[in-house]
Amino acid sequence: MRIRILGTRGSLPSTNPETFRYGSNTACIEIENDDQVFILDAGTGVLKLTAEQAGNQNRFDILLTHLHIDHIQGLGFFKPLFDPKNEVHIWGPAGSSRSLQNRLNRYLSPPLFPVHYRDLPCQTVLHEIARSSFQVGGLQIDSAYISHPGPTVGYRVTDGDFVFTYLPDHEPFLGNRGWNNGKKWISGMGLAYKSDLLIHDSQYTIEEYTEKIGWGHSSIEQAIRFAEIAEAKKLLLFHHDPNHTDRQLDFILQSYSGYTSDVIEVEYAVEGSVFNLR
Amino acid sequence: MKAYDIELILSRQLAECLSIPVFITDTGGTLLFYNEPAEEILGKRYEETGEMPVEEWSTIFHPLDDKGDPLDPEKLPLVQTLNNCLPAHGSFWIESLRGENHKISVTSFPIMGRGNRFLGATAIFWKTK
Repeated sequence: MRIRILGTRGSLPSTNPETFRYGSNTACIEIENDDQVFILDAGTGVLKLTAEQAGNQNRFDILLTHLHIDHIQGLGFFKPLFDPKNEVHIWGPAGSSRSLQNRLNRYLSPPLFPVHYRDLPCQTVLHEIARSSFQVGGLQIDSAYISHPGPTVGYRVTDGDFVFTYLPDHEPFLGNRGWNNGKKWISGMGLAYKSDLLIHDSQYTIEEYTEKIGWGHSSIEQAIRFAEIAEAKKLLLFHHDPNHTDRQLDFILQSYSGYTSDVIEVEYAVEGSVFNLR
Repeated sequence: MKAYDIELILSRQLAECLSIPVFITDTGGTLLFYNEPAEEILGKRYEETGEMPVEEWSTIFHPLDDKGDPLDPEKLPLVQTLNNCLPAHGSFWIESLRGENHKISVTSFPIMGRGNRFLGATAIFWKTK
């Protein structure tokens, strides 16, 4: 499995050149396996997935963690949607009452977008998921709801002995005693456990987090602590705050060096970087 | 490793923040968690008992009716909720693990997750004067 990071920024894409090193596009991950490509989240990073990179496939799978705008903002600009030869499968969390299509329609319709979802030229297939297991691109995918406002899932992608977990928007620390209750009482732990590569929300510094408890995101320390409890091998800090420049991100990680782990590798996710798990 | 569903995790986190006693079970009735205020009435810390199967917790506290006769576990509100996925309410006596008798009122409701998945039940209870 080859993982390419197409978007790392949280909340809002950035046009500030001082954010370009770690990435200015919002959440999107490309996964390639046996010449099949699928993507996790359709933030603005999805525009970097070109037809050439997707090969000759006519089926595309987009696995959405949730429908906040930074995770679907690129969806309407995903070129395969406009080719009638294509079949585009969109996987996303089931809600309590409104269907996935109903919720997607709110974005893919005027006045937010000029083209109605129903008028997209490709054939679309929607899959509502919850605590689910399924196969995409020849890989085993497990999903589960995680702690974030609104219906939100995380994904665990398994390729033989290798595991990649994607929890881009996640606040497992909400409720503040959860760390001591055992692994099975921590949101997302079932997905992240013993991952070779874990992408996890780390939008805030601890000072910023205390002002934004309940907004659905984590501090860098919390992300590292979560990864340690999960016994992950490598942690990519993700969902960079749009107000944090590259220099600030460098400074933040250095200033929290006391929190960095001896047992796991910790680094920022960088737009354009590639990881091979095999 | 299988973690609990987020609805159960958040239910526990809410219960830990409340000053009213709370019980949380899975769909099979296994007691997954009770909070500190519940410990006061039950007379035992959660850390000491851990998770308990329904057969154990529904009898360990010796539920009695107003006449002092043992209450059929099936009549306990929480057991009713587990059986029919509906809210239930009732009052009865219990003997705590410290040997104290308390009359308590219990309201229980099912934890129905997204997609109407039945994930367990919550009971809140309080001493009745």
